[in-house]
Amino acid sequence: MERIPILRMGRFLLVTIQVDMHDQLALTLQDDLTQRIVADRARGVLMDISSLDVVDSFIGRMISNIAAMSRVLDAQTVVVGMQPAVAITLVELGLDLAGVRTALNVERGMALLQQSEA
Amino acid sequence: MATDAQRVERSDELALRSGEDVVRLRQAVRERAVAVGLSLVDQTKIVTAASEIGRNTVQYGGGGIARIAIVANGTRRGLRLEFSDHGPGIADIAQALQDGFTTGGGLGLGLSGAKRLCDEFHIESEVGKGTRVSLVRWKPY
Repeated sequence: MERIPILRMGRFLLVTIQVDMHDQLALTLQDDLTQRIVADRARGVLMDISSLDVVDSFIGRMISNIAAMSRVLDAQTVVVGMQPAVAITLVELGLDLAGVRTALNVERGMALLQQSEA
Repeated sequence: MATDAQRVERSDELALRSGEDVVRLRQAVRERAVAVGLSLVDQTKIVTAASEIGRNTVQYGGGGIARIAIVANGTRRGLRLEFSDHGPGIADIAQALQDGFTTGGGLGLGLSGAKRLCDEFHIESEVGKGTRVSLVRWKPY
């Protein structure tokens, strides 16, 4: 079955979405990440969406769900690399990703995760 | 359903039956949006709108067809998308167009959000017959 790879970096999990996801693939990622947070005792999730040129309401909801689920499991989620055109479209669509922490790039996102751990 | 004085330069049809078809639709719409000369932001808006309506066609309409057309109105060019299904139809279109209204457990932003992302938006639906949605994004002069 097709899956988005989840890498482990110390106490954090790193996900780089590099394909245009169909809905089922997004749901699988949501499930996989939740399980990995528990299995790896992860403290944070860094999600790099810089390759995504479209985030519609379904993918937006997946991002919000992942952030909420990880919070319940005592892990932080930071979403990084959103393209400007995607940000403009998301807000116009009516999604503000409330409760989702974001950073401009992987480096800043990682710094944010490490800070909240300190 | 096309508004007056639109000349079709090129038109393609795509079957929508699955989530994978919606991905193919996004790619096809992106390619045509580039061909029309839409800006990156406008490309992203029309592709996102297509994704929302295409998902509705698959999820609520039981599958259907998307027609992607490059159109011109005088010297103005744009991209027109038409979606049709033979699903259960929508009883109350005004309600379906409200932000946050959903019968499928989603966010209820699909129709209302897609409408905000394009320049022209038409929807007609008949209960028991199906739904047709048409949207246009024009390239600004």
